[in-house]
Amino acid sequence: MRLEGRDLACIRGGREVFAGVGFAAAGGEALVVTGRNGTGKSSLLRMIAGFVRVAAGRLDLEGGAPEHTLAEQAHYLGHQDALKPSLTAMENLSFWSSYLGSGQEVQEVEAPMAALAAVGLEAVAGFPAAYLSAGQRRRLSIARLVAVKRPIWLLDEPTTALDRPAQERLSELMGAHLAGGGLIVAAAHGAIGLERAKELHLGDDA
Amino acid sequence: MTALSALFVRDIKLAVRVGGGAGIGVLFFLIVVTLTPFAIGPDLNLLGRIGPAILWLGALLASLLTLDRLLTADAEDGSLDLILTGGTPLELAVAVKALAQWLTTGLPLVIATPFFGLLLNLDLRTSTAVALTLLAGTPALTFIGLIGAALAVSLRRGGLLLAVLVLPLTVPVLIFGVAASNAAIVGPLPFGTPFTILCALTLVAMVLGTFAAGTALRHAME
Repeated sequence: MRLEGRDLACIRGGREVFAGVGFAAAGGEALVVTGRNGTGKSSLLRMIAGFVRVAAGRLDLEGGAPEHTLAEQAHYLGHQDALKPSLTAMENLSFWSSYLGSGQEVQEVEAPMAALAAVGLEAVAGFPAAYLSAGQRRRLSIARLVAVKRPIWLLDEPTTALDRPAQERLSELMGAHLAGGGLIVAAAHGAIGLERAKELHLGDDA
Repeated sequence: MTALSALFVRDIKLAVRVGGGAGIGVLFFLIVVTLTPFAIGPDLNLLGRIGPAILWLGALLASLLTLDRLLTADAEDGSLDLILTGGTPLELAVAVKALAQWLTTGLPLVIATPFFGLLLNLDLRTSTAVALTLLAGTPALTFIGLIGAALAVSLRRGGLLLAVLVLPLTVPVLIFGVAASNAAIVGPLPFGTPFTILCALTLVAMVLGTFAAGTALRHAME
């Protein structure tokens, strides 16, 4: 599997966010997108996820599942956590795993409880998401990536609000994902616990 | 569970939980119906004559009340992004959301109508006829409102703007809904004629509303 972007340009609200961006990442590789605020890190991830139109250039995925689009093979972990405050942690996760996992093979969808345990949230499974702290909400979002297997992870500053043990746990999960042939594109300012990651720097401030 | 049934169950749960707003529409409807006799005065014949129109207006406004959160809530917390990566066509997803919205806000209005009709001096037969026209017509209101709900996402303004956008589009539904109700009570038109047109309006609104909302949302994501 290989994800490649060539000469990508992004235009949002009539303003050019970036142009001429190219990158390539193969299965088992991680790509860390860096750059100052407003240089288009999030826009690039949203473009790969299919939310933002590719204004110019090409974005190709080779060797994925041909019957699915790129977006359907990708997990997007953005700044917003997509959790409903009135549903419990378990209900939130169960919903996303049945919604996102419905087109997948049964064995590729892990039980939500196991996914909650993987991020250390089994104790609050029955709590409404409104009562969770920012870090716990973040971990609940990450549990979604564990519950439904998708080969590409698009992570927008995934360590935000996470404490050190949770960051280490995320680092282990990312390592396991890469070891399984997965691919990670992450936007980050600091270290997010990815070893041997390629770096793509956006913006011309060097 | 398939993706669409999961979405449907989630939206029903959200609506009936605290803060979901399933009961608000019926309460608002009750208040409109209760206020009318105070405004009109103790003229029972007049009340009976305009009763169906009041019930329809009340239901129309009540069904708009919770629409502005239908899609903006999902857009604000990022759920809409994930719904797009699910592999389910966006049109089907919004149609399912609208269906859940109608079941939790439209259907309670229909069920309450025979009782609220009593407050307007309508006999049970008349209010049942009005309830029947509302049963056929409220899905149209929800699906027309769906267009406004999707536009509210792209314009980043919910609430009043949605009502201003949506209310003019509901005029045909209101006309034929009240016409069918009146036909059932006083004639001279047969009930079937306006009622069939009302059903047709609902079917058209279901198709148009779904595709228009899908297009508006795709545009809003840019």
